[in-house]
Amino acid sequence: MSKNRKTKNDIILAVIVIAVAATGLLLLNIFRTEGTFAVVKVDGKETERYPLSVNTEVVIKTQNDGKNTLVIEDGKAFIKDASCPDKICEGHSKISFKGETIVCLPHKVVIEIVADNSENELDVVV
Amino acid sequence: MRKKTRKVALLGVLTSVALVLSYLEVMLPPISTAVPGIKMGLPNIIIIFVLYKFGLKEAVTVSLIRVFIVALIFGGNIMTLSYSVAGAVLSLALMTLFKKINLFSIVGVSIIGGISHNLGQILVAIFLFDTIQIGYYMIVLSITGTIAGVVIGIISSILVKKLEKLV
Repeated sequence: MSKNRKTKNDIILAVIVIAVAATGLLLLNIFRTEGTFAVVKVDGKETERYPLSVNTEVVIKTQNDGKNTLVIEDGKAFIKDASCPDKICEGHSKISFKGETIVCLPHKVVIEIVADNSENELDVVV
Repeated sequence: MRKKTRKVALLGVLTSVALVLSYLEVMLPPISTAVPGIKMGLPNIIIIFVLYKFGLKEAVTVSLIRVFIVALIFGGNIMTLSYSVAGAVLSLALMTLFKKINLFSIVGVSIIGGISHNLGQILVAIFLFDTIQIGYYMIVLSITGTIAGVVIGIISSILVKKLEKLV
């Protein structure tokens, strides 16, 4: 295959990927709904859930003295403080929409927003 | 024999360069803190270069040695290592496949590498955390992975051209 043809294919590939992803983002934004609960999962298992309507600040304790401070404020959840070295979860934007997550890799902690309080919904997803 | 020694030495140097690029990437401020996982993937310049100039076997070797040494230097554990290995292995596998198919230039192959690196890590995260929602990140990451892939691909193709006589 000629070089020009390949370069053309490269451009087609890049444009298609970006177009598909941008459409996906747009659709997600259109159809997203506000969540009502922040679910805390440690090691893949749900440990707690907090309503987004109540302002709270809790410390999630994990193995090896790991600590993540979860804050719920004005209907949005975020990690205020983490004892892990990379601090990636601290920098994460605040979440409030159904399906949004904050992941702390070193501590195996996931904060996930769900829309209602039924356990069934989780089963459907899993 | 001399040829083989030369090859080993060259691959050693290239592995070191890949390590320095990994270090550089850790030192640089994160591109976005809102979405984790957005990276340039600087070491991939070397991996693509080795894949094109030497071959798959050499690229796998350099890539895995890099991943393990990075884990040693920056304090990784089994979990962080599994992300790195998943990203490295999936991206190398798909890059090799698309290089064989011969449909794209180095830049296209690099785009495939960028996206699949993110994909490998996201798949491990979904599996480890048992949370399928983590997959949503892949939408944003496929855009940033494509952009990073283009940049890295252009640099790699320049390197392959300029260092024609190296191998």
